[in-house]
Amino acid sequence: MPPSTRVAPVHRRAPGFVGSTLAIARKDTLIELRSRSVILSALAFAVLAITIFFFAWDPTAVASIDLAPGVLWVIFTFSGLLGLHRSFGVEQPTRAMDALLAAPVDREAIYLGKLIANLAFVIVVQAISLPAVALLYNVPIGGYMWPLIGVVLLASVGLVAVGTLFSSMAVSTRLAELLLPLLALPFFVPVILPAAQATARLMNGRAVSEVSGYLSILAAFDVVFLVVCTLLYPYTLEQ
Amino acid sequence: MLRAMTELSIQATDLVRNFGTRRAVNGVSLTLVAGDCLALFGPNGAGKTTLLRMLGGLLRPTSGSAAIEGIPLPGSADVRARVGLVSHQTMLYDALTARENVEFSARMYGVQDVRAAADEVLTRLGAASFADVRVRSLSRGMQQRVSVARAIVHSPSVLLADEPFTGLDAAGASALTGMLAALRDSGATIIIVTHNLDEALALCTAAAIMREGRFVRLDRAPIPAREEYTALYRELSVDAA
Repeated sequence: MPPSTRVAPVHRRAPGFVGSTLAIARKDTLIELRSRSVILSALAFAVLAITIFFFAWDPTAVASIDLAPGVLWVIFTFSGLLGLHRSFGVEQPTRAMDALLAAPVDREAIYLGKLIANLAFVIVVQAISLPAVALLYNVPIGGYMWPLIGVVLLASVGLVAVGTLFSSMAVSTRLAELLLPLLALPFFVPVILPAAQATARLMNGRAVSEVSGYLSILAAFDVVFLVVCTLLYPYTLEQ
Repeated sequence: MLRAMTELSIQATDLVRNFGTRRAVNGVSLTLVAGDCLALFGPNGAGKTTLLRMLGGLLRPTSGSAAIEGIPLPGSADVRARVGLVSHQTMLYDALTARENVEFSARMYGVQDVRAAADEVLTRLGAASFADVRVRSLSRGMQQRVSVARAIVHSPSVLLADEPFTGLDAAGASALTGMLAALRDSGATIIIVTHNLDEALALCTAAAIMREGRFVRLDRAPIPAREEYTALYRELSVDAA
């Protein structure tokens, strides 16, 4: 047997839930900042969709104010799906998820870490798409920008919560690209409907108080989706 | 991590794992104490990786039971903190550097001085010179060194290594053998799944041959000499396959 120098013990303590969550979010964000695969594909989709909708639009038939909310939420929904598909894909080629699952971190921390990173990507894409839509469709959003940002952020949390869960379920299947939208889109509906309604009302110059009901609905769905998806995530990992 | 060498480390009783109608592991029982190093040989599809994944808590047994240091598997975070896992896939993020990968793993295991622990293990495995290179730019052998560093940065008391010598050159294999010997002598229990008889027999205190999901031979020290063991291995696995 070969001689050896003993290994010095390493000081460690149980990794905290918040620390693990943030470390996973930081890792995913760093990977995305370097590869830019999610943001670039989502942005490319957003720019293409905005352009196609713009050239297909007949301004004499439909007012821009009536079209813009729909365009916005179609872009947010599908560009978000593009990004969510890659969420667990970074672990696939080398089975890095096995290393995460073998580590003493809570499964819920893995889910929430992924969710935070996904939310960051989605918000970046939205931050670019929203002014682009406003500019092309000549919709001035300055007067109600903060309520609109509130609607977008609240809806994004719900969409990403559901999308992250289904991305985890779909990633190891052969039809992941097909399965994710099939699973996620029905659950997006309760979020997209109030978000699109609130956006339309704000763009039509209605008072913020008129959309407070939609904001409450979005907040309620966020809480439900966050709690349920976080609790369900460990069961998607059972082998 | 220094432990009494009689301390029970891994205990498995009648472990069975089915995939659909196929039985991958068929009633494996095993007891290892601290400081034991078991080399696990066998033809492809013998059930070695499945056994390791069950002991690593990644797969639930169909029946039977296993425990690490007395804690039943698949266990709590407490038991996962004691285990290091090397797979024949690197489990690394190729957009991150070698150091970032090892530091991320150290964070996941609650290592307090992440930077120092990563530096030490990368140096011991001869990976310090490419610590700041992104993994996607490294050769397979270099990636394997980083993968091992990732698995042992928290100084595990149980190391489960599936084909750890994959892609390593002579210097890499030697550095890994030295590191594994150091872990073993510090009281860690190691199971190595490999086809590399030379490296494994030089390192290990026990050797087993698996076929069709079960142990067909289990030797504890003294293990038969290399030539004799090679003949046994061929007789029990290669010829039978």
